[in-house]
Amino acid sequence: MRMPALMIAAASALALAAPAFAKTIEVAAGEGAQARLQEALILAKPGDAVQLGAGRFVLTDGLSLDVKGVTLRGAGMDATVLDFSGQKGAGEGLLVTAPEVTLRDFAIENTRGDGIKSKGADNIVYYRLRVTWTGGPKETNGAYGIYPVQSTGVLVDGCKVSGASDAGIYVGQSKAITLRFNYVEQSVAGIEIENSRDALVTGNLVTRNTGGILVFDLPNLPVMGGGNTVVESNLVIDNDTPNFAPKGNIVAGVPRGTGVMVMANEGVKVIGNTLTNHATAQVMVVAYPKPFTDPRYNPYPRSISLGYNTYVGGGNAPDFPGGAQLAKAFGGTLPPVMWDGLGGAQALLPSADVKVLNLNLPAQGAGPDQAKPTVLEFASPPMIVVPGNVGAPAALEARIAR
Amino acid sequence: MRLLGAAALLAALSAAVNAAPSATVAASAIGGEVFAPKLSDYRFFADAPAQRPAAGVTPYRIQTPLWSDGAEKLRFVYVPPGQKARAQGDGLLDLPVGSALVKTFKMNGRLIETRVLLHRAEGWVGLPYLWNAEQTEARLVLAGARLTLTGPGGQAIDYAVPNKNQCKECHASGGAVTPIGPKARNLAAEWLTAFRKAGRLDKVPAVSRRVPLWEDRAKVPVADAARGWLDANCAHCHKPDGAASNSGLYLGWDVTDRAALGINKRPVAAGRGSGTFAFDVVPGDPDHSILAYRLASLEGGVAMPELGRASVDPAGLAIVRAWITMMR
Repeated sequence: MRMPALMIAAASALALAAPAFAKTIEVAAGEGAQARLQEALILAKPGDAVQLGAGRFVLTDGLSLDVKGVTLRGAGMDATVLDFSGQKGAGEGLLVTAPEVTLRDFAIENTRGDGIKSKGADNIVYYRLRVTWTGGPKETNGAYGIYPVQSTGVLVDGCKVSGASDAGIYVGQSKAITLRFNYVEQSVAGIEIENSRDALVTGNLVTRNTGGILVFDLPNLPVMGGGNTVVESNLVIDNDTPNFAPKGNIVAGVPRGTGVMVMANEGVKVIGNTLTNHATAQVMVVAYPKPFTDPRYNPYPRSISLGYNTYVGGGNAPDFPGGAQLAKAFGGTLPPVMWDGLGGAQALLPSADVKVLNLNLPAQGAGPDQAKPTVLEFASPPMIVVPGNVGAPAALEARIAR
Repeated sequence: MRLLGAAALLAALSAAVNAAPSATVAASAIGGEVFAPKLSDYRFFADAPAQRPAAGVTPYRIQTPLWSDGAEKLRFVYVPPGQKARAQGDGLLDLPVGSALVKTFKMNGRLIETRVLLHRAEGWVGLPYLWNAEQTEARLVLAGARLTLTGPGGQAIDYAVPNKNQCKECHASGGAVTPIGPKARNLAAEWLTAFRKAGRLDKVPAVSRRVPLWEDRAKVPVADAARGWLDANCAHCHKPDGAASNSGLYLGWDVTDRAALGINKRPVAAGRGSGTFAFDVVPGDPDHSILAYRLASLEGGVAMPELGRASVDPAGLAIVRAWITMMR
């Protein structure tokens, strides 16, 4: 157990006056990568960069970063790989717990739990990262690929996630969020926004998941009241992978072939998306379906507005009990939008010509067996309800200015 | 570094006189800005291999402790001369700047690691030290370590020494590092009285409901024993300002809300940690309760607690299962 040279250097620097300039700490792949990389992440000072070399870093335990303002950067999402195939402990590959952190240009593979989690880490940037479970969709894969939670200011840009057994990109209990230009495939949910506000989800490609983009609000959490979210100009294509989420998780109830799904929430705008071949529904708007006792929680969708979206195919094989008969009753193809009929007259506010299948469920918690489906047509749509400001602060974008 | 060199020299000198009772703790190592490379730099011990503390360093135990693969844990508290800890009701003792908490882990008679929590001017800092094979010194392992050990039951254990950040993952409250163990409700009344008599504590705090002694778990109500175990093993993360705050599952000693305790509460971000079950705790049915499932697991991504154990605590699991079984 020699004292590592790196630590001596940093400790010496500390003993002198505070350094005037941020420094770059370089870490190469190879022998002892676990200890060398973790030490660099511990000894970095605010404003420093930790530069990962090209190559495969073979890691046995989760890494963590708890220093404000650090940039962790690799040589590219295909060149620098943090390989957790032999991971023994910790819940995730990388845990970030400090604000103003930038993660960019590296890959995380085969973590036992989540890929990258950031918690209480305000103003975080995830840029051009790849999180992959290389064995394809499996129940034994980790839950979330990219997982910011309880943070204000989140930018996830240009990332690629594949194989998450829950959501590829999941943002929970957060505010001021931008998810853009990401590519998520072969996960249960492509993108999930949960119990969060002021999110902008745009320009993403989500394909071959079970469900494409989910906007959920759930009870019994410290942060509730999700909403004010825009889902705009995404490609939501062929999300037809059988649901492989471990039972007990909320996404295990997402039917195969769901494009965009909004559950509870207030003020969500879905506009300008291309939705293709979702056998259950291109867009689904529903109340939270389970029993709950939390008096602070509103289970209904409110002011969910649907602008012009491009719908191709879909609605031909709804993945829930009675779905086949239902499709048959409508000539083999359901309308592109499915609403459970709950939440009142202001639940759904289409602003474009679209047909909606109203299941007319009698009450929150009722099953699809109690549906009395009818088709709603909005020939002269009401004014669209535009959510307030959405998206991450501009300063986050400036950090990755090309 | 110059400072540390001097500290090391002094430590060597005190060792040379074979740990005279007058050996004093190195305040400079506790309060400095560097991370002391060796445990001996602090001079917490008159005889470190024997874990005999130096003057001013007081051993203590907590009523129901965190399980750490069956390791024997030796705990010590140091309060600087002329200062006192302040009682804060039944909560954490408020230890002044310059104080330290020291915890040594022993397995089958061998010293494995010693963790120190140092109260510096800028806050608490946690550091791990790994004992050498000769059992003469422990050295700082900032990045943690993995060891293959034989557990108390004879089984091989892939033992993890935490890294500095992992110290904080458990020892965090609202983002700041804090002690966990020495809460008045988890300390014996006799010890608190003796600590005050020794001039180290301002007063003996009133404790309305003390956590039961773990060895007494068969003599006390199952719920008290189980809740004491959950408090010590889970609540450092599973609390509103802890690392698991987003789960909404809070397992502290004082929690009364049934949903917060996991009763008929659905998981949030459990992934395959759910074990295909729908609820954290199903009254009367531990076999379908995620809580019991995760305590019984050794698999990364499933096993809880996430840090600090590579084996299942059989007695802890049994008491939690008994608590769920009798629950209505």
